[in-house]
Amino acid sequence: MHPRPVPPRPALEAVGLRRRYAKTQALDGFDLHVAAGTVHGLLGPNGAGKTTAVRCLTTLTDIDEGSAAIDGIDVRRDPAAVRERIGLVGQFHAVDEALTAHQNLVLFARLSGLSKPRAKSRADQLLEAFGLTDASSRPVSGFSGGMRRRLDIASSLVLTPAVLFLDEPTTGLDPRGRATVWQAVREVASMGTTVLLTTQLLDEADQLADRVSVMDRGRVIAEGTPSELKRRLGGDRITAAFAAADLDRAATVVARAVGAEASVDPDSSTLTVEVESGSAALAPIVRALDAEGLAVDDLALRRPTLDEVFLHLTGAPPTDAVASDPAQTDLEAK
Amino acid sequence: MTTTDTIAATGRRDRRPNALREGWLIAGRDLLHWVREPWGLVFGLAFNIMLILLFGFLFGGAIEVPGGGEYIAFLLPGMFALTMLFGLEGTMTTMAEDAKRGITDRFRSLPISSAAVALGRAIADLANSALSLGVLMVGGLLIGWRPTTGPAEIALGVVLLLWLRFALLWLGIFLGLSFRGTGATTAVQVLVWPIGFLSTVFVSAETMPGWLGVIATWNPVSATATAARELFGNPTGVTSGWMAENAVLAASVWPLVIALVFLPLTATAYRHLRR
Repeated sequence: MHPRPVPPRPALEAVGLRRRYAKTQALDGFDLHVAAGTVHGLLGPNGAGKTTAVRCLTTLTDIDEGSAAIDGIDVRRDPAAVRERIGLVGQFHAVDEALTAHQNLVLFARLSGLSKPRAKSRADQLLEAFGLTDASSRPVSGFSGGMRRRLDIASSLVLTPAVLFLDEPTTGLDPRGRATVWQAVREVASMGTTVLLTTQLLDEADQLADRVSVMDRGRVIAEGTPSELKRRLGGDRITAAFAAADLDRAATVVARAVGAEASVDPDSSTLTVEVESGSAALAPIVRALDAEGLAVDDLALRRPTLDEVFLHLTGAPPTDAVASDPAQTDLEAK
Repeated sequence: MTTTDTIAATGRRDRRPNALREGWLIAGRDLLHWVREPWGLVFGLAFNIMLILLFGFLFGGAIEVPGGGEYIAFLLPGMFALTMLFGLEGTMTTMAEDAKRGITDRFRSLPISSAAVALGRAIADLANSALSLGVLMVGGLLIGWRPTTGPAEIALGVVLLLWLRFALLWLGIFLGLSFRGTGATTAVQVLVWPIGFLSTVFVSAETMPGWLGVIATWNPVSATATAARELFGNPTGVTSGWMAENAVLAASVWPLVIALVFLPLTATAYRHLRR
C-alpha cells in the first residue's frame, strides 16, 4: 500500500459565507474549496450569487459572516495581502479605452509595483503571450470584444497571481471571441495558476473546468467534475423524428441500441433518449435503425440546458428570488 | 511559441505600495487621455472663453462696478474663480464613470494604497485646472485684462484660486463615489449654475437686494473672486464691510473648511464601496 499523498493546500477556501444586500440574501451559506493548480467553474443563473461570491473573495465587498482564505491568507483579516495574490477580470471591460494595449499593461504593471523598465518588458511579454503584439500600439477603443477580454486577462497577470478570478469572461462575445478567450484561460491554467471562473454556460464549464460548483440562491447546490455532474443530470438528449407509423417500432429499436428507455411524443412524432455521451450513442442508433430499415426524418443531439440542470437539482426552475430556503438535494460529490 | 513560460515569468514587485507614487500613475492615465483625445479639454476651455466674451462684451457695457473700474478687469478674476467651481462637475463625472465602468473596482483589486485612487483623481484634476487657469489668464491678457501688482501678489492670487479648486476636488470625489447614477451627475451640473451665479463673479453684491447680497458675499466662490481681484490689483466691487478688508483671509479659510469636511467623507465613501 502506498501512503496517502498529503493534499496540497487549497488555493481558495470559503466556509459559510453570508452576504446580505438591502433586500436580498446574495450569499446564504456559500462553501467552496478549490485545489491549487485547478480550474474551477462556478455555474449558475443570473442572480444566483456568483458575482457577489467573486466580489467577496476578491476583497471588493465585505463579508457579513463566514470565513474565506486565498492561498492560506484570511480574506477578512488581511485583505491587502490577498490583493497581492489575486487577479480579477470583472464583468466589465476594465481596461482604459483611450489608452493603447501597451499603455494599459504598463499602467497596471507599474501600479502592481514594477519599475518602469520591468513594467515595459512585462507588458511586451504578456502582449505576445495573448497574441496582441500586432495591436499593442493601437487604442483599445478599436479592439474587438475578444481582444479586450484577452487584454483584460493579461493585465491581471502582471504579478502571476495565485488565483485568477474570471467573472463571466465570455459574456457578450461572438463564438470566435469566445474561442480565443477559452484558449487564453487554458494557457493561464497550463502554467499552474488556479482559476475560478463564473459562467451561465454549461458548455463553457465543461470545456474549461476541472471541477464545477452549481450555485442557486446564494449557495452551492452540487459540486463535482463536469462528467460526474453530467451523469447525474442525465447527460445528453438525442431526439429523432419518424413517420407516425414507424414511431413505436423505432422506440424499441433505439432503446435496445442505447440501453435506455426512449420517451415517445406522438404529437410531434418524435422520440427522445437520454444518454451519457451523445456523440458516442449516435452511431449505434443510426446502425440499428438502418438494420431495421427505419427511415429517420430528423435527428438532433443536444446537451441539457441550464434550466434543465436546475429543474433536476432543485425540482424548481431557476429564480432570481433568494429569500426562501431552496429545496436541497444531497448531491455532494465524493 | 513559449507562451506558457512567458505568462509564468513571475514579476515580483520592485516597490512597496506607496499612495503618492500610485496616485501619480493613476493621474498619468488622465494626462495620456488629454494627449490622445484633446477635444474634451479644448471644448471645456472654449466654453470658459465664450463666457468671458459673452459677459465682457455683450453684458459688460451695461454693468457698473461699485467703486469704479473697468468691467473686464472686474470680470476676469471672477471667471477664474468660477472655472474652479465648474471643475467640480468634471471631477464627479469622471469618478462616477470609472466606478460604473469597473475601472475603480479593478484598481481596488490591485495591491495599491486605498488612498491612491482618490489621490490620482485629485492630482489629475488639479493639473487640468492649472492648465485651464493658465489659458484663461492668457485669454484675459489678450482682451485687455491686466494684473497691476507685483509677482508675489499675483502668485498668491493664483495659489488661492487653485486652493479653492483643491477643496472642491474632495467634494467632487465624494459625490462621484457616493452617487453613481447619471441623475446625480445631472443634478450637480445644474446646481453649480445657481451657486456660480449667486456670487460676485459677474456683478458686485452691492448692486443686489440686501438678502441676496449677503448670500452672494458669503459664497466661497465670491471670497476667492474678491481676494483674486484684490491681489491682481483689479476692481473688487466691494467698498465696505468685513469682506472689503478680509477677502484674502476668507479665501484661505473657506476652502480649508470645505476640505476638512469632505476629505474624511471621501475616505468614508471609498470604504463604503465595500458595502
